[in-house]
Amino acid sequence: MYRYDEFDRRFLDERVAQFRGQVARRLAGQLSEDEFRPLRLMNGLYLQLHAYMLRVSIPYGTLSSAQLRGLAHVARRYDRGYGHFTTRQNIQYNWIKLAETPDLLADLAKVEMHGIQTSGNSFRNITTDPFAGVTAEEIEDPRPWCEIIRQWSILHPEFSFLPRKFKIAVSAATEHDRAAVKMHDLGLYIRRNAEGDVGFQVLIGGGLGRTPYLGLVLREFLPKRDLLAYLEAALRVYNQYGRRDNIFKARVKILVHSLGIEKMRAEVEAEFAAMSKDKLELPEAAVAAIRAQFSPPPYADAAGDDAILQRLTAAEPAFARWVKYNTHAHRQPGHAIVCISLKPPGKPPGDCSAAQMELIADLAEELSHAEIRVTHEQNLVLPHVRKAALYDLWRRLAAAGLASANIGLASDIIACPGLDYCGLATARSIPIAQVLGERLAAREEAIGKLAIKISGCINACGHHHVGHIGILGLDKNGEEFYQITIGGSDDEHAAIGAITGPAVAAKDVPEAVDKLIDTYIGLRQNGERFPETYRRVGMSPFKEALYAAR
Amino acid sequence: MLLDKTGGAVADEWRHLADDENAPEGEAVTVSLARWERDHNALKSRDAKLGLRLPNTANPVALNGEVHRFALIALEFPRFNDGRAYSQARLLRARLGYKGALRATGDVLRDQLLFMLRAGFDGFEVDGVRAKAEDWAKAFGEFDVFYQPAEDNRPWVMRQRFPA
Repeated sequence: MYRYDEFDRRFLDERVAQFRGQVARRLAGQLSEDEFRPLRLMNGLYLQLHAYMLRVSIPYGTLSSAQLRGLAHVARRYDRGYGHFTTRQNIQYNWIKLAETPDLLADLAKVEMHGIQTSGNSFRNITTDPFAGVTAEEIEDPRPWCEIIRQWSILHPEFSFLPRKFKIAVSAATEHDRAAVKMHDLGLYIRRNAEGDVGFQVLIGGGLGRTPYLGLVLREFLPKRDLLAYLEAALRVYNQYGRRDNIFKARVKILVHSLGIEKMRAEVEAEFAAMSKDKLELPEAAVAAIRAQFSPPPYADAAGDDAILQRLTAAEPAFARWVKYNTHAHRQPGHAIVCISLKPPGKPPGDCSAAQMELIADLAEELSHAEIRVTHEQNLVLPHVRKAALYDLWRRLAAAGLASANIGLASDIIACPGLDYCGLATARSIPIAQVLGERLAAREEAIGKLAIKISGCINACGHHHVGHIGILGLDKNGEEFYQITIGGSDDEHAAIGAITGPAVAAKDVPEAVDKLIDTYIGLRQNGERFPETYRRVGMSPFKEALYAAR
Repeated sequence: MLLDKTGGAVADEWRHLADDENAPEGEAVTVSLARWERDHNALKSRDAKLGLRLPNTANPVALNGEVHRFALIALEFPRFNDGRAYSQARLLRARLGYKGALRATGDVLRDQLLFMLRAGFDGFEVDGVRAKAEDWAKAFGEFDVFYQPAEDNRPWVMRQRFPA
């Protein structure tokens, strides 16, 4: 894991002091709310329906045990004892008092954390594959590059007031995309070219929101040494030509799709060719030093662990089910990547209490080299667990309500906070997720892998466009209605879902989802997943099932 | 009120000329880009300092070859969150090698001052009423760690950690 050095620590202390001054100026009336708003947003502080909300950045979704304990402390001391993990691999607190935020941020700084650029029209948290560095299907670990981009993007003097926010994701996996790279303003796939050199395939113009697009290839192969210069060129084009007259048309995806990718590419390449690149070339030693911080932990020899695990799963079916759905292949023999589900059916997706965070921090310290990851599906990951320790881990998680064996299944629902908290929402998301989770849990193994994603408004924080079944909450004359899309996908087969038809009332959502699932089960062949069946048979059977009898 | 690179108030010798206003003899004036394009022959023959006001929709690279005629270029921030002029400033400094004065005008607020300085600005037109209440010089000293090379001479961390 990356640990701060003296420069990083000094910077963060300076940032906390600056924000303390800004809050003081606001409380003294020297700054109007209009003037203060962008300053607090640059530190992750939003004003929501009931209180301030603080979004804390978790760079590329990686936490140490000490940091997770720090997040638990914030939940206890400054919030109501819990936090909410988001689709951006971050955490949000929903009940924050403005006057306490400087102290809160000072406490976070002690564990090398902050809320910088978790909001505002600049670079947001850089995200990656939650299995980075531990999956066997990787060309190299993407996290050092995430860290390099993270540092370069902090308080950038040219790009802190872009037309709109800018999200970057990086993945080095060759088979699976667990980072939703194509849904980002800018996506980087680490790839090897024909000459055997490792570099980046650069995508631009992806994004969800009210106009969903998948990213398009801007550059087929970018040598590593040019990464920052090329990013600067792309951002300079966006900063100058992105629309600023309409907030809904300001994301880079709109620029890319109105110019066309060829014109966009020509602009970026022209800028890249003309700019001086030397300044931004990273010293070799700097890259090596950052890479060294991500070297694998000292794994134990776990050669006999597979046999032990086999014996234990044979003896206890509930444990076997958890191992089947919640663990993944690790590159190190005898080890597993463990997903901790934050989706117990009937509970708000992604919520985690302070006590649960502390337990997970302890378990990570004991069993996973003190490391935790956050996924964009709002779950947590222990990336380095010996297989012989899985049974003990499972029992201790179960005692805290954290052993739901549903990763990737129907009750592993993504949902935004919705109208229960959010000032932008047009409908509630959490109650829909709760009802669906409880209803589908009983038959989710029979259904198989299914991604249900719920957003409480058109801004699509719940990624509904890319759900196998996507649910979008709308307001119709003061009543909550839900528009349903199907066939979306956020992985290596990324696709935007299609709208089934007229929105349905809140009370009718569970039955509608049942009908879609029944139709899928009736039509699927050879282990097809929902979007594959949809692509093969088209919309009509689903539409018919939903609307025929009405 | 005009501030310099240290955040201190300084006298402003420049007069911003309207497009239909005659250029007074011997006085330092700025003109709009439209005026420059229309009257550049007459403006070039004046014996006084000339400045240019560039709208934030203009591509400064188009000034290549002419840029050194200007003793001052003023860039505008119609609202503090319209950040186009940051890129213009960097293009002027880095691409065109512009060495004259570079002034930030419009919605210039304390909390953007350091970004502007780093992007290459060295003069800041700020609201006079507001200016009295704010400690502008402090804004420049809030950070001494920077994560990117820019148009000022401040070192960036990657080079500080590993000097070439």
